Amino acid sequence: MYRYDSIDQKIVDDRVAQFRDQTQRYLAGEIAEEEFLPLRLQNGLYVQRLAPMLRVCIPYGMLSSQQIRMLAHVARKYDKGYGHITTRQNIQYNWPALENVPDILADLATVEMHAVQTSGNCIRNFTADPFAGVAADEVMDPRPYCEVMRQWATFHPEFAFLPRKFKMAVCGSETDRAAILVHDIGMMLTTNDAGEIGFEVFVGGGMGRTPVIGSLISPFVAEKDILTYLEAILRVYNLAGNRLNKYKARIKILVRAMGPEAFAAKVDEEWQHLKGSESTVTPEEIDRMKSFFPTPDYRTLDAIGTDVDQQLAQQREEHQAFDRWITRNTREHRQPGYISVILSLKPIGVPPGDVTAEQLDAIADLADKYSLGEARTTKEQNIVLADVAKDQLFDLWQACKPLGFASPTIGTLNDMICCPGGDFCSLANAKSIPVAEAIQRKFDDLDYLYDLGDISLNISGCMNACGHHHVGNIGVLGVDKKGEEWYQIQLGGDQGKQASLAKVLGPSFSREQVPDIIEKLLNNFVEVRIEGESFLETYRRVGHDGFKAAAYA
Amino acid sequence: MPKIIVDGSVVDDSWNVIREDAPNSLAEVRESNTLVPLDCWNALQSESDKMPANIGVWIASTELPDQIEGDLQSIPVIAVDFPAFADGRGFSIGRLLRQRHEYLGQLRAIGNPIRDQLSYLVRCGFNAFQLAEHYDPEQALASLKDFSDAYQTAVDQTVPLFKRRG
Repeated sequence: MYRYDSIDQKIVDDRVAQFRDQTQRYLAGEIAEEEFLPLRLQNGLYVQRLAPMLRVCIPYGMLSSQQIRMLAHVARKYDKGYGHITTRQNIQYNWPALENVPDILADLATVEMHAVQTSGNCIRNFTADPFAGVAADEVMDPRPYCEVMRQWATFHPEFAFLPRKFKMAVCGSETDRAAILVHDIGMMLTTNDAGEIGFEVFVGGGMGRTPVIGSLISPFVAEKDILTYLEAILRVYNLAGNRLNKYKARIKILVRAMGPEAFAAKVDEEWQHLKGSESTVTPEEIDRMKSFFPTPDYRTLDAIGTDVDQQLAQQREEHQAFDRWITRNTREHRQPGYISVILSLKPIGVPPGDVTAEQLDAIADLADKYSLGEARTTKEQNIVLADVAKDQLFDLWQACKPLGFASPTIGTLNDMICCPGGDFCSLANAKSIPVAEAIQRKFDDLDYLYDLGDISLNISGCMNACGHHHVGNIGVLGVDKKGEEWYQIQLGGDQGKQASLAKVLGPSFSREQVPDIIEKLLNNFVEVRIEGESFLETYRRVGHDGFKAAAYA
Repeated sequence: MPKIIVDGSVVDDSWNVIREDAPNSLAEVRESNTLVPLDCWNALQSESDKMPANIGVWIASTELPDQIEGDLQSIPVIAVDFPAFADGRGFSIGRLLRQRHEYLGQLRAIGNPIRDQLSYLVRCGFNAFQLAEHYDPEQALASLKDFSDAYQTAVDQTVPLFKRRG
């Protein structure tokens, strides 16, 4: 993974000193509340319902074991002993005291971490595939490019006060696991006819109040040109985006108002001034970035054992629970003898994505012992150990069980995405965590979950859509009706290259009704599905109305 | 006389920003240094081949440098208004003035920029800052240099860090 040199370290240390001074001046009454707001937001600090919330950046989800131990330390020393993995691969703490935040940032800086631009109307964390570099279907590793862009975006002086927040994601694989079509800018790594590397660039996707699928504005931007092209997009947006109404301020509204073609033309016009300038990325820089993400020194298949697959098969036969865990919680690896493992943060009764200090320390230990000292966060709010040798799998599974990471439910209904909701977030209209728990408790039978197959259930406590409800096969949205919490259910969302936005079923339901309604929808699916069909495939084949009729029957 | 930060020092501000009742002709402009709105500037400069040295222009965050008529280089001061400090259009306008139009005179941030924006404003080409009233300009000088280096190019640093790493 990327490691700081002395300049990177100095820049982050400068930021800590800057925020320490700003916090002191704020506490001394020298900075007005509304002026401190963007300063703290751009250091990840929100003021929540119960306490401040600090969102720490995990660039494209990559963590070293040393960094994970620091996250545990922060949870223990400054918080109530836990953190929460977000749907954009970051981690947030719900209970830090404002006056401690400079110390937290200083601690994080000692392990090359920060909370820079994790909130506010600026360029946010770049997200990517949590299986980057190891996925069997990967065409190109997005991480070196994410790092090039991350550095460009960090403290970009022109784009720190945009009309609204700005999120980007990069995909380099056949299956898009970064949801690039619902980002302000989504980039798909590709090659042109001459074999040069570049990006397909999509703009104006997003969720929130007005969900939109991004529009392709360039089929190929060469890797060397990507920073100048991004700069052109951001400049057009910065100058022309709506600043009068925050609900119309995202770039998606501008792209829709201008039309994607006209927007693309405007970007191209701006780009002509910037293309080929000093910001053109050099081959040396791309090589340097790639050198931080080398193919690890894997053990050979001979060393692991050429019969490892037979051994695994035997272990799976002997231990049904192990078999289930492998089926649901591992992913194919490009390296023979290796596999990627997903540690579930969705045991029943725990808010989805929550992780304790002890668990974080345990993840660091597991990473060191089984996965080359690294782990990744996922936007589905789980943890990936990307590089596990198959002969270690049984041991790893046994180690995961007492730690609460072995729920064999990845990709099922009970692996739901869920925002912190009304229990914590001051934006929320309704609670989301109790809804997730009620659904998990109702559908706790593994055989039933497996029979249902892959289903994404995404729960947001308000239309800001941190729980990505628009792209859930089943989306649940908390709404406020005359001061009461109600829940709208949506169907048919998907986040991949064939991304689709979920469609609202009809009138909303009370919290108590939600699990029963989901049961009705699932029963309808089981009834009308054709052998082998997923929930989404059935929904797309039979359409919305049958499900709607079932829900309101 | 009010104070202003220019080129890293606090100095007396001799320029008066005209926001209302802009002059209709050059004859109406008083002897003091005056920054007039864009429309007014464009009208005045059509009156004369050579504008008096005591007139500059300020542009709103909704206006762009290429709307300024006449010879940009002869304008002693161009100010960019920040009607609210969070209105970040001025950062792009500053870079366009310096990097696309190669304006070399004083570039001034007016309206309500705040102390903690100074380091970004400098990077975007501004060299004069009329901060919101409750900031002490002497104390604010410390914020001009919040960062020792920067990753990306801007007006103050035209070579990206990736070309300067040892």
